[in-house]
Amino acid sequence: MRIKATPMERLFYVGNYVFLIVVSLMFLIPFISVLSTSFISTAEWARRGNFVLIPEAPTLEAYQFLFGGSKGTVFNAYKITMFRTIVGTFLCLTFTGLGAYVLARRNLPGRTFMTLLVFIPMVFSGGLIPFYLVVDRLRLTNTVWIMITPFLVNPWWLLIMRNFLMTIPVELEEAALMDGANPLTVLIRVYLPLSMPALTTIGLFYAVWHWNGWFYAAVFNSNRDLYPIQVILRSILYLGDASYRGDLGIMFEPEMMPPAQTLKAAMIIVTTVPILLVYPFIQRYFVKGMLIGGVKG
Amino acid sequence: MTEVLRILRKHGFYYLLFLPVAGYLIIFKYVPMIGIMIAFKDVTPFMSMGEIVTSSFIGFKHFVNFFNSFFFWDLMENTLMISIYKTLWSFPAPILLALLINEVHNTYFKRISQTISYLPHFFSMVIVAGLVYVVFGVQGGLVNHLVVLTGGEPQHYLGDPRWFRTILVGTTVWQTVGWGSILYLAAMAGLNPETYEAANIDGASKIQQVRHITLPGISHVIVILFIFRIGDLLDAGFEQILLLYSPSVYEVADIIDTYVYRAGLLNLKYSFASAVGLYKSILALLLLLAANKFANFLGHQGIW
Repeated sequence: MRIKATPMERLFYVGNYVFLIVVSLMFLIPFISVLSTSFISTAEWARRGNFVLIPEAPTLEAYQFLFGGSKGTVFNAYKITMFRTIVGTFLCLTFTGLGAYVLARRNLPGRTFMTLLVFIPMVFSGGLIPFYLVVDRLRLTNTVWIMITPFLVNPWWLLIMRNFLMTIPVELEEAALMDGANPLTVLIRVYLPLSMPALTTIGLFYAVWHWNGWFYAAVFNSNRDLYPIQVILRSILYLGDASYRGDLGIMFEPEMMPPAQTLKAAMIIVTTVPILLVYPFIQRYFVKGMLIGGVKG
Repeated sequence: MTEVLRILRKHGFYYLLFLPVAGYLIIFKYVPMIGIMIAFKDVTPFMSMGEIVTSSFIGFKHFVNFFNSFFFWDLMENTLMISIYKTLWSFPAPILLALLINEVHNTYFKRISQTISYLPHFFSMVIVAGLVYVVFGVQGGLVNHLVVLTGGEPQHYLGDPRWFRTILVGTTVWQTVGWGSILYLAAMAGLNPETYEAANIDGASKIQQVRHITLPGISHVIVILFIFRIGDLLDAGFEQILLLYSPSVYEVADIIDTYVYRAGLLNLKYSFASAVGLYKSILALLLLLAANKFANFLGHQGIW
């Protein structure tokens, strides 16, 4: 039964739609403003020198510089990001999946202790410096593995995965064992196919984490050939800041450099577009993951 | 002994499967926890692992130095104030957004506005910082353009201590509000529509329905998320601040985490920075325990 809306209510609904449209624009406008800035030519920038919503003569100068004048820096950074995302996600899923599978076994002696081993790092950590000393003394700094090896398991997602696995009925395993399957076959043939939805969701979370990661790649690594795109973007953001100029001079041909602001904008677009392209297709997995996982993530 | 053998024969395969995870956790989570002992030593950058382990303990010197330093209270104040301001704004915002989205009956409109609002959650902090740099840029930035249009003078907002925290809080709300609304919307979807119909018949206004049906219905989610937030109160946003701050705003922007980073990794004062880090870790753990106790006291399951 639907009751006819009063004038006040109708006003509320209209206002609500208008408000939500404004909110949506607030999410889009910074991005649109950056997009248009990235197309401004050097000449137009020099002449107008302030905010331009629609460039008079849009150019790809900044993009050409990023991909052409950058001595391959941006291409190489894309390669590094792809590598860490693909290899990193695969390894994260393997470690997380195996750990979760073992912890999901109800009759395993020592299970409580092992769960505690996973849980404690969620509430206490040694902090940045001892962590740095460990990865440095293991000679992981200045290698591509600094972005992968120290981050194989996110305890929170491991526990979510375990909770998911515990919903799979044990009878399936018992039946397979009855038919003569060994534990390895049970894992690969019974549990693996059934956990595909959870693995996909958690894998996407790991993949986004890797795609977006920058801190350790920038701070625990000084080899420019190993910079992922996020770190290149960060370097470009400091353009115009004298102390960072030297670093960029080595990566880019300093002559012919487009205005700093358009270069920053173009690099933001280059870094964001891949996310925007896949986002509509994977968004629902994240929402699902967020809901089964409860709060964090 | 035979008991151990029997367990190993029966479950050995699974212990073997767990070995890589255990190894990973021990090396990258537990060794650094033990490594926190360098906070009680004087470790220099070129010591080998063996030298670090065998060097002698010097007690609480670094902690005493930190507590007595002139920047101790500045760091505490900045960390807490930034975090509290962020909570004050970014905690209620998703609830409000969820309430408004929940009132939308057009499925397409609802789905599109939700999809757009989640988007910033998937941007890295570097991208978000980049957007801030470009939008707040002195030359050619959107914000300064609007300021000039309304008769103001262009300003370097990011380098201005009066504006820096506002930018931090605004950016956080912008990035988290949409994603944060998911759990509230899910909770609202679970409420019984008949309750609303009954309220309608009784002539309850929209506001009354929100106050007496929706908010009580999602209160458990609000409480649990608030407790989580309190447990994380010392995390004022390390990456965000590191990317956006500069020496001209340190007085309002420097938090414990950024200080540890500079003292430890830029100035190589490993032991001192570890001491500061340990102080934060312990404080954070106590906060979390207190928040969890409080959740249990309220009859919620809490974090464990």
